[in-house]
Amino acid sequence: MMPQGKGIRFFTYLALTACSVVFALPFVWVMVTSLKPVEQTMTIPPTWVPKTYYIQVAGKKLEVKKGVVTQEAGVIAVVKDGPKRGERVFVADSQLKDGKALLQVQVADRIEENYYAVDIEKKVQPGWVQVIEKFSTQYEKVEPYWTFVPPQEVTEKVKFWFTNYLDVFAKIPFLNYAKNTLIVCILGVIGMTFSSALVAYGFSRITWKGRDFIFTLTLASMMIPFAVVMVPLYGVFKNFGWIGTLKPLWFPCFFGGAFNIFLLKQFFMTIPRDLTDAARVDGCNEFEIFWRIILPLSRPALSVVALFHFMYAWNDFMGPLIYLTNKDTYTLSLGLQVFQSQHGGTEWHLLMAASAMVLLPILILFFFAQKTFIQGVALTGLKE
Amino acid sequence: MTKGEKKDLLKGILFTSPWLVGLSIFVIYPVVASFYYSFCYYSVLQPPRFIGLLNYRDLFTDPIFWKSLWNTAYFVIFMIPLGFVTSLSLAMLLNTKVRGMAFYRMIFFIPSLVPMVAGSLLWMWIFNGEYGLLNSFLVKIGIPNPPNWLMDVNFAKPAIIIMSLWGLGQTIVIYLAGLQDVPVTLIEAADLDGASWFDKLWNITIPMISPVIYFNIIMGIIGSFQIFAQAYIMTNGGPQRSTTFYALYLYQTAFEDFRMGYASAMAWILFVIILLLTMLVQRISKEKVYYHGG
Repeated sequence: MMPQGKGIRFFTYLALTACSVVFALPFVWVMVTSLKPVEQTMTIPPTWVPKTYYIQVAGKKLEVKKGVVTQEAGVIAVVKDGPKRGERVFVADSQLKDGKALLQVQVADRIEENYYAVDIEKKVQPGWVQVIEKFSTQYEKVEPYWTFVPPQEVTEKVKFWFTNYLDVFAKIPFLNYAKNTLIVCILGVIGMTFSSALVAYGFSRITWKGRDFIFTLTLASMMIPFAVVMVPLYGVFKNFGWIGTLKPLWFPCFFGGAFNIFLLKQFFMTIPRDLTDAARVDGCNEFEIFWRIILPLSRPALSVVALFHFMYAWNDFMGPLIYLTNKDTYTLSLGLQVFQSQHGGTEWHLLMAASAMVLLPILILFFFAQKTFIQGVALTGLKE
Repeated sequence: MTKGEKKDLLKGILFTSPWLVGLSIFVIYPVVASFYYSFCYYSVLQPPRFIGLLNYRDLFTDPIFWKSLWNTAYFVIFMIPLGFVTSLSLAMLLNTKVRGMAFYRMIFFIPSLVPMVAGSLLWMWIFNGEYGLLNSFLVKIGIPNPPNWLMDVNFAKPAIIIMSLWGLGQTIVIYLAGLQDVPVTLIEAADLDGASWFDKLWNITIPMISPVIYFNIIMGIIGSFQIFAQAYIMTNGGPQRSTTFYALYLYQTAFEDFRMGYASAMAWILFVIILLLTMLVQRISKEKVYYHGG
């Protein structure tokens, strides 16, 4: 198809590798971000390795995060009077006069500037960086120790902040969302696979009046956009009293799905008649033939249906958005979206950690069922 | 009807009974009801009230309806050709008997498995105007003021298109399977005749995989017209409604404003548009699609 030759070969590899990097980079970026502390997600330019920083305080190593870099010389001082008494502050030299510091203090609803007496603790040179004591989680309420040091006194080490993942569990009921998602996935897969197979058998291995008409209707139903049925379906489930529960998401699966019925029908038709005729002679009834002969022979097609439905249910967003009005029944997709909208896109490290946890099961599934995935996709495209 | 035919009819209905019930409750009833609702005022709380063509008339003067239609058309017009070129090119690269094809295929395929919500969050982070990966890269290669993608009226739609191109893995795999079915003998014969690379692509490969192209384009159109989750999550239709796609406006009308009748009318217009486009593509394909081996 493509022209051959060494130069072309090289070009092909180059193009493929470049494209792979572009396709894979977002995943790397999710992982990198999910393992950073929040302040390292907000650096310009972005960094690729999560790190931690240390300084020496009184001969001991102290884990810190980096803050601002001062452009001006100044001092770290302890305030001796006024509303900020006892606080440690940084005062630039220009704001220091006769052992007093010009400080902004809030009085009622105004900000006032006044001179207050201070005890000078340490002199700070321009170019020094602020370092702030880093706690293992961000929820400890103690005031962290901070100081300014010359940049060369800060040592760094690669560190993956796995605690972000624990923070996700503390912030959202992740396990509950996962449980809900699994309920929808597993019940859906069981219902969808079994019912679609049963129906596909009725469409492929039995000849009956009206069959072709109903099958055509089934194919036609695949053309209908979800938006058309969305509103009345909502009404149906509302009448059942199911809004706010998981039922609308898995119950309909037990009636089969048009596309899966179509896929399985195509597969069942390739199984030779002789096999089932022989079983019939031996006295098997129709259901036994379906159960003992057709199903075991159709494993590849059944796994495609099961896998694709699992994926669909795991990823589905619109269904949960419409039907799940109760926080306790949120699925991972919906829970993640609500988490995002509430935390206004600031805690990117946690959002990426949560995303990674939603993504990971899918990737694991893919590695175990790679063949089924690829075959399934090719099948859906080519058997049209 | 003979006794045997009657028995078969019974068996057939018995086996298909779950679907017969499902088709009635979850497809036929909703389709009929939705058609009726589209002529009604319906807020869920009260029973629908028939108002004739009012919903449709209001739609035609609703600026947001037109805006959402334009946004969706924009998305489809760029997404279908870009998607076609990207996925077919990558599939052709993969089909050159390179070593490690399975590995490359896996890399291209995996993004299409990413749950829409996780994918949207990930791209929001990449498109972030201040700390985003994309803009830091653009600055590095010498573009001093890259746009703030999702916050920019002119760049929010392109951003969503870029993200969608990343998720094209399934289409790539379908094209690849199609390409692998193209008989080697044809290519070899063309090589003997001294055909150029482009000749072979245009006169052999494309016609041979035309059924797959047809399938992917139809699915692409149907899918693109219903784009929803990305816009809902990343921009909620903004800025200035520049990413209020049709399905998003429909959802907002139905489940945020509870104007179910109006939403149903929108749904039917969408259905008709998709149907017409599919018929159009089918018509073109009648002349251009080549089905080998029947």
